Amino acid sequence: MAGKVEKPVPAQTSRRAAKPKLAVWKFASCDGCQLSLLDCEDELLSVAAGVEIANFPEASRAVIKGPYDLSLVEGSITTPHDAERIHQVRRASRFLVTIGACATSGGVQALRNFQDVNEFISIVYASPHHISTLKKSTPIDEHVTVDFELRGCPINKMQLVEVLSAYLNGRKPNIARHSMCIDCKRAGVSCVMVSQGTPCLGPITHSGCGALCPRYNRGCYGCFGPMENPNVPSLCERWAAMGHADVEIYRALSTFNVNAEAFRKESSLYEKAGDSE
Amino acid sequence: MSQQETDLEQLNVFDLSGFAKLITLLQEKGYTTVGPTVEEGAIVYDEIDSIEDLPIGLTDEQAGGKYELRKRNDHALFGYVVGPHSWKKFLNPAGLRLWQARRNGRSFEVLEQEAPAPSYAFIGARACELNAIAIQDRVFLKGSFVDSDYAGRRQNIFVVAVNCGQAGGTCFCDSMNAGPKAKSGYDLVLTEIKAQKRNLFVVEAGSEAGANLLHEVPHEPATEKQMARVSEVVSDAVAQMGRQLDTRDLQSLLYRNSGNGRWNEVAERCLACANCTMVCPTCFCSTVEDTTDLTGEHAERWRLWDSCFTQEFSYVHGGSVRSSISARYRQWITHKLASWVDQFGSSGCVGCGRCITWCPVGIDITEEIAALREADSGLSSILRTEEKE
Ligand code: SF4
Ligand code: SF4
Repeated sequence: MAGKVEKPVPAQTSRRAAKPKLAVWKFASCDGCQLSLLDCEDELLSVAAGVEIANFPEASRAVIKGPYDLSLVEGSITTPHDAERIHQVRRASRFLVTIGACATSGGVQALRNFQDVNEFISIVYASPHHISTLKKSTPIDEHVTVDFELRGCPINKMQLVEVLSAYLNGRKPNIARHSMCIDCKRAGVSCVMVSQGTPCLGPITHSGCGALCPRYNRGCYGCFGPMENPNVPSLCERWAAMGHADVEIYRALSTFNVNAEAFRKESSLYEKAGDSE
Repeated sequence: MSQQETDLEQLNVFDLSGFAKLITLLQEKGYTTVGPTVEEGAIVYDEIDSIEDLPIGLTDEQAGGKYELRKRNDHALFGYVVGPHSWKKFLNPAGLRLWQARRNGRSFEVLEQEAPAPSYAFIGARACELNAIAIQDRVFLKGSFVDSDYAGRRQNIFVVAVNCGQAGGTCFCDSMNAGPKAKSGYDLVLTEIKAQKRNLFVVEAGSEAGANLLHEVPHEPATEKQMARVSEVVSDAVAQMGRQLDTRDLQSLLYRNSGNGRWNEVAERCLACANCTMVCPTCFCSTVEDTTDLTGEHAERWRLWDSCFTQEFSYVHGGSVRSSISARYRQWITHKLASWVDQFGSSGCVGCGRCITWCPVGIDITEEIAALREADSGLSSILRTEEKE
């Protein structure tokens, strides 16, 4: 982690005087997370009333100069230029919140971290010499200090509203780091793994989506990445005992959060086992 | 059928139409009737309009981390045991707004709570579950602080219990002295018996409210043969217990084994996912969340089910007291089976088996105690031989 940050000051004190300035930044990503801000139809007016949207190209072309009180950063670092730019963003931001799996773990594009990028480039692009890219896709906190990480692929817009209102009211956001299972059980959803034998990543996945997939009778895909101290080996062993092949386990762990350490550590074991089969 | 004077002690009998009438009467008296019903491959507790909503002719097969619904070869209404839900979801909801307030200049004004919870009639509560309710009563009502929300919901319930006619693969209520026969905590208790392919229910009142309601349901006195069936049904269930837990000296076993290596073994499997505590009918821990809207004009305080398996649960300034999974598993089982007794005067486990079935990796409380016992006796025999030498 690099970059020195001054201690974030709760916005509330200065709120009456001037609205805090909000900026939204994009790095390597699909825009889905920042669009969830625009998706907050019911809350959008309150957001706009509470902050000055100073830099948010998806919403408005008007750009107000920094520094910014709160920056939402979407996307991972994949190019030398972005690796520079994130430091500028950090310097211009009092409070920096990363949003989404790309920004918090490197995203699905981090699949390349475990392959030869130059080979991809030579296959995909007609003029590979125009491509300037890093070997790895890395999360923002590998480059600068991050004040808060909001998980998900995409993020849950209600959680984004919660982070914003916590910020505006100078309080801690209520964002739990426990398993997805707790959300399932609170919602009264029966466990799809126990009652239907459906492979589910819920027991090792960070809460946040409100148990979306199990509510629709599917296993969790792990969009919110690893929960606090996840026991990935034990769940994988269970999947194997349920009859799932190594390659399935490898693939389940190698999606939006492939680069998250806890997932990667285990998936690499199953990848190798799959290779030797 | 003739209307009889119903005595609290007396056993009576009604058939399906009597049972249907019972449910209608409860609804007419303003109760929201809730009971077992099928949802996405499991029997859960939810609102039921009529006996048609019950899992008729179904049973559940349960094992560590496994639950499966199967067809029975009869039309029993209660031919299964307990599922992932428990009645605590009605008495102690998973998420409850404790209060809300509006900003009023530099002060705030507490807003009125919405209408009180409905009066629930629990249809088909099992003996272990009645014991679990009694345990939560001790937690929420009998200490120095009374939980007013729980008290309000609790005093309005009407309980139609059912004696289990079969036990499930993970049941061990017999070991915990908590079933399968309902002994108290109900207004009416039914035992489902079959006679000439007819569903009959032997019914007994457990309260005045129960006896009064029974007056309004067509019924007749149970014959001797029917009464005998009640004990047979219950002893069948005892004979089928899928699990056993040796409770001798359990408290000191757990207290003297806090350093046992078994905790690390179970922690290799335990996911700290908290499913066991969520499904447990006696687990009552909660967290409190304060929240505001974006404008800061409106604030709410919520209480949510929480679990000793999360890191946040034991967080104090500087970090989590129980940072390892082994410490959390040990805490859960030691509280449940040992320190609960010191705290509330009874075990915290009623042997319903939910924590075994709904653990995604099938960790089994009875197996863990057996293993601990074995490791303990191994240890004590080593100590004994060392002493001799
Ligand atoms: S500890 Fe397990 S068996 Fe005991 S009451 Fe709770 S869920 Fe049921
Ligand atoms: S014992 Fe099972 S259900 Fe409970 S936290 Fe551990 S893995 Fe989850």
